Amino acid sequence: MTVMEHAAHGPDLDPLEERRRLVLGLRLFILSEIMLFGAFFTAYFVLRAQAPAWPPSPEFERPGLALVGLNTLILLSSSVTMQWAMTRIGRDDRAGFRRGLLATLILGAVFLGIQIFEFASNGFGISDGVFGSTFYALTGLHGAHVLTGLLLMGVVANRARLGLVSREHHTAAELVGIYWHFVDVVWVTLFVTVYVL
Amino acid sequence: MTESGTRMARLRRPSLARGILGGLAGLVIGALPLIVAAQLGTEIKPGGFLALGYIGLLLGWLAGLGTFGPWAAWALGRPVNTEDQAAAHGRGGDWTRYFRFTTDHKVIGIQYLLAFLALFLIAGVLAMVVRLELAQPGQIFATDTYNTIMSTHGTLMIFVALNTIVGGLGNYFVPLMIGARDMAFPRLNALSFWLVPPALLLILLNPLFGGFDTGWTAYPPLSRQAELGEQAFLLTFITIGISSIVSAVNFLVTVARMRTTGMSMMRLPIFVWSLLVTTAIVLVATSVVASALTMSLFDRLIGTDFFRPAAGGDPILYQHLFWFYSHPAVYVMAVPAFGAVLEVVPVFARKPLFAYRLAVLSFVAIGVLSFMVWAHHMFVSGMAEFFHIPIMISTELISVPTGIVFFSALGTIWLGRLRFATPMLWVFGFIWCFLIGGITGVYLADVPTDLVLTDTYFVVAHFHYTIVGGMIFGMFAGLTYWFPKFTGRLMSERLGKIHFWWFTLAFNASFMPMFWLGIQGMRRRIADYPAELGELNLWASVAAWMIGLSMLVFVYNFIRSWARGPLAGANPWRARTLEWQVTSPPPVENFEHLPVVSSGPYEYGALAAGPAIQPTAFSGPDGRPR
Repeated sequence: MTVMEHAAHGPDLDPLEERRRLVLGLRLFILSEIMLFGAFFTAYFVLRAQAPAWPPSPEFERPGLALVGLNTLILLSSSVTMQWAMTRIGRDDRAGFRRGLLATLILGAVFLGIQIFEFASNGFGISDGVFGSTFYALTGLHGAHVLTGLLLMGVVANRARLGLVSREHHTAAELVGIYWHFVDVVWVTLFVTVYVL
Repeated sequence: MTESGTRMARLRRPSLARGILGGLAGLVIGALPLIVAAQLGTEIKPGGFLALGYIGLLLGWLAGLGTFGPWAAWALGRPVNTEDQAAAHGRGGDWTRYFRFTTDHKVIGIQYLLAFLALFLIAGVLAMVVRLELAQPGQIFATDTYNTIMSTHGTLMIFVALNTIVGGLGNYFVPLMIGARDMAFPRLNALSFWLVPPALLLILLNPLFGGFDTGWTAYPPLSRQAELGEQAFLLTFITIGISSIVSAVNFLVTVARMRTTGMSMMRLPIFVWSLLVTTAIVLVATSVVASALTMSLFDRLIGTDFFRPAAGGDPILYQHLFWFYSHPAVYVMAVPAFGAVLEVVPVFARKPLFAYRLAVLSFVAIGVLSFMVWAHHMFVSGMAEFFHIPIMISTELISVPTGIVFFSALGTIWLGRLRFATPMLWVFGFIWCFLIGGITGVYLADVPTDLVLTDTYFVVAHFHYTIVGGMIFGMFAGLTYWFPKFTGRLMSERLGKIHFWWFTLAFNASFMPMFWLGIQGMRRRIADYPAELGELNLWASVAAWMIGLSMLVFVYNFIRSWARGPLAGANPWRARTLEWQVTSPPPVENFEHLPVVSSGPYEYGALAAGPAIQPTAFSGPDGRPR
């Protein structure tokens, strides 16, 4: 959520105060996102606990861990590059910031590409019982969040290209960073519960 | 705005007309991929068209209204059109601003208020139709028709109860009461209002899609089998949910960051506290019900099996997720009404609010406990047995903080110098009705009695006594109290009192007998009932129509007073909170200089207290001391 309110407040709003409001707003929004994922995880655990085996039907197999493990590493490293970009802009190194952001964007896009490849090569679909339903609902919901993150990063990258992101004005980048770390944490939970356990 | 623009030029600027055009275009664009797919021979469910078409319509409508313009300009790194921004902030000043995408919280408050009062009247007419069917044994309407009317009445009233005080009075008065110029995110605030009209239109049109017969709870498996109208309900509910989450974030940030100098948390007017707790509940709970409804939607549309037992799904899971939101939602309706009532009481008793800190603590306790009681709606659902007793105990616990709120009101009234103006009458009505609602709730929280009474008219009577007796009475208290502030004119006290007595007597006459009907075994949500219950049902129906008639008095009073009532002046009730210290209606900027608060809001009668605010030559433009 990069929601900026510069003009509505007029020029008299202190940028530091604006940053505080936006960061607080994003954190609250993430709380409701946690509850969103929490509801889907609840559904997953309840349905899995009631199933005789997981997957319930022997004809389906859970996706192998090799590819998704690699993908997890890719997404985790994208959080590192994101944080690196934030450090760079904190020192007013705009070129370094852009490189870090671009690396994050590419890693995120690769993650999403591998996810789509995995979806296509899975031997089961979303309507194949509760196994398929919960698997695709959870990973799909997460994928939608990754896509949102990528779009927001695209916006910030564009603004950085136009020279509009600086040490003094990088609230939007900071917000996208917080959001991206959140998406990453959700993935770790999802990887452990849906793929590993 | 000048008159120079031709029609074409006007269409290029954001407006309601462009919103409607954008919505229609979005509808077509949204449904287009499916139309193409259907032409190519893929089998598409009608629900698919409805879902994608509706999402397209929603986005097109918002784009046409000008929601995304400044955000898009910002994203592309272009300068934001400041003229548009100024127009969006409502400086136009004329009445058309109520029909535009406007970021002024006062305009948005009025928009919410009028939209949901209109919805209240529509849903009320549906209630009259329900009572027509129930006036005599036997059936007037086909069963499906009755079910659709009953479900639509329930759903619309839920939206009214959720949004009228929070969206209407909350938006208008929270920034004023804390000494701020607007909400923290004005554009998001407007977005959360303008999401609402297409959603309400969709639910109102549900008979065109075959209606829906699940009531507002939409339990599977019935919701999976129901007509397309069910999907209209699901999409509407999800949209309203998104709108409430956005506005909850906005309220919380506003109160956390934008209080004026000296407005400490323990000096917040109690109404602001009630909204703080309410919006916290909304923020945490709403996405859970949105998930449950989305799973339902997916079950209908793309063949998932979340709630289909044959494929390993679990219908009880839906009930858990649904009530995890929907019981706290009851407090989203009631707590703002508690806040409005406690706001009114000190003004008309001329006394400080009794046990202010304890009342605040009770609100917080209600907010926390409300998340631990949801399963009392499910004692007969077949959920795990071990869950019954803990839920029963936690449900009964919540009556403790609710009781403290009562004592806060009663303690303020005790030995006060009472003025029996209309808002105060609604407070007394609230105390009477909500007390009955609360006490009868104990029988529904206790497992043994609930097993007998569940899904009978006892439940119908109970929740009407809590939601009407709590939320609607609180709304009328707040509405009549703040009417002079947002219109600048006084309401007719005579008509206000007629409306109060008429409404209250008719309400009690209609719903009191329903407790007895429920104990006799009359089932809720069913069009017909045993013939021997006919007489009492006729009585309840006549009384219910009387409630409907009483609303005509209110509507007449509301419109006439707004147009031609005597001018109110800044502070007709001689209240001490900040919203009464500015002109009625307040200027666009709310305060010329942001006030500095030097005492609590309810220090009536304390001579030494001094003025609530100091004139502030020395505060900066954002209200912080220079």
